[in-house]
Amino acid sequence: MPQANVTMTVRKVNARASVVDIKGEITAFAENALMDAYTQAGGEGVRAIVLNFSELEYMNSGGIGLLVTLLIRANRQKQRLLAFGLSEHYRHIFELTRLNEAIGIYTTEAEALAGI
Amino acid sequence: MSEPRKPLESAWARPVSRLSVSDVPREAVNLNVEGRQVAGALQGFGQMWQKTYWVRLSGAQVTPAGLIQTWKANFPEFWPKGNRFYGPATGLAPGQVALLNLAGPGGITGPGGAPVISTGVMVIYSDDESFTFMTPEGHIFSGWITFSAFEEQGSTVAQIQALIRASDPLYELSLRLGFGHKSEDDFWQHTLKEVARHYGVEGQVQQRVTLMDPKVQWSQARNIWQNAAVRTAVYTAAAPLRWARGLTRR
Repeated sequence: MPQANVTMTVRKVNARASVVDIKGEITAFAENALMDAYTQAGGEGVRAIVLNFSELEYMNSGGIGLLVTLLIRANRQKQRLLAFGLSEHYRHIFELTRLNEAIGIYTTEAEALAGI
Repeated sequence: MSEPRKPLESAWARPVSRLSVSDVPREAVNLNVEGRQVAGALQGFGQMWQKTYWVRLSGAQVTPAGLIQTWKANFPEFWPKGNRFYGPATGLAPGQVALLNLAGPGGITGPGGAPVISTGVMVIYSDDESFTFMTPEGHIFSGWITFSAFEEQGSTVAQIQALIRASDPLYELSLRLGFGHKSEDDFWQHTLKEVARHYGVEGQVQQRVTLMDPKVQWSQARNIWQNAAVRTAVYTAAAPLRWARGLTRR
């Protein structure tokens, strides 16, 4: 399987939340990168994982499936999954696939963190 | 393995609040789609499964893009007998809605060949090397199913991957009893065999099934009111009444 064209950086912004900065493409091939990032982000006491999509270049339907998998993992740990920085196009995709009903969508990081 | 690259934004459908069906052929039973919302795996009731089926087209001279073009153009022809797919005349483009008239397990149909389930799908994504359907409320499954092709070790591989939950408790029961899963697996294995046969390949279909979430979502149990199988059965059972009413109106 080829390398995914994505890098993910985890920032622990406070004791209750971590931000995952996503740069590149979310496809089915990003599974390892995303799940590794989640493992880093989701330590003890973390109640919310915030996905930063500001530098998302591309996401296909395989990527949507990956986000659902991540959501299930997070919910199992009683953590919320939030997102910010989505372009209008990807906001539409979240709406189309009804992911926006389970993932909190915000415009900025500050808004997302305030929502925790 | 490679994946489709950089599709235009037009590869995705626009969000819709309610589905609308057009160009319905006279012989089709059009139930359980018009006015419904699409439902993803998050809106379903049952356990969440990821099911992947694939077949290697060894020796076939076809590129992934060529395979997907053929698959889209001939989609219903690869289905098991007794199941009908009424796609839009304009093809499987993002945003299009197709009507499904499905047979029951083993290809059984109702009186006069009536479908056991009338439901549909919406094309939410389509590019040169893949396309994805999302189901409407009432469908057996809530979720997405992606048909794709890629190259691996010098051969083109056709793949179907579903991320699904049973939509309601009744469908979940059929899965727990086993025949629901068997029907689903048989359906897509048959489809992939036919795709391979189209290229002169007697393909060996493989599958991988992963239980993504063992929990059911009781908050979605009310989906049962929209169960397409029950509604289709009621519609079929009421056929003599509709016929008699038609006579009295003449």
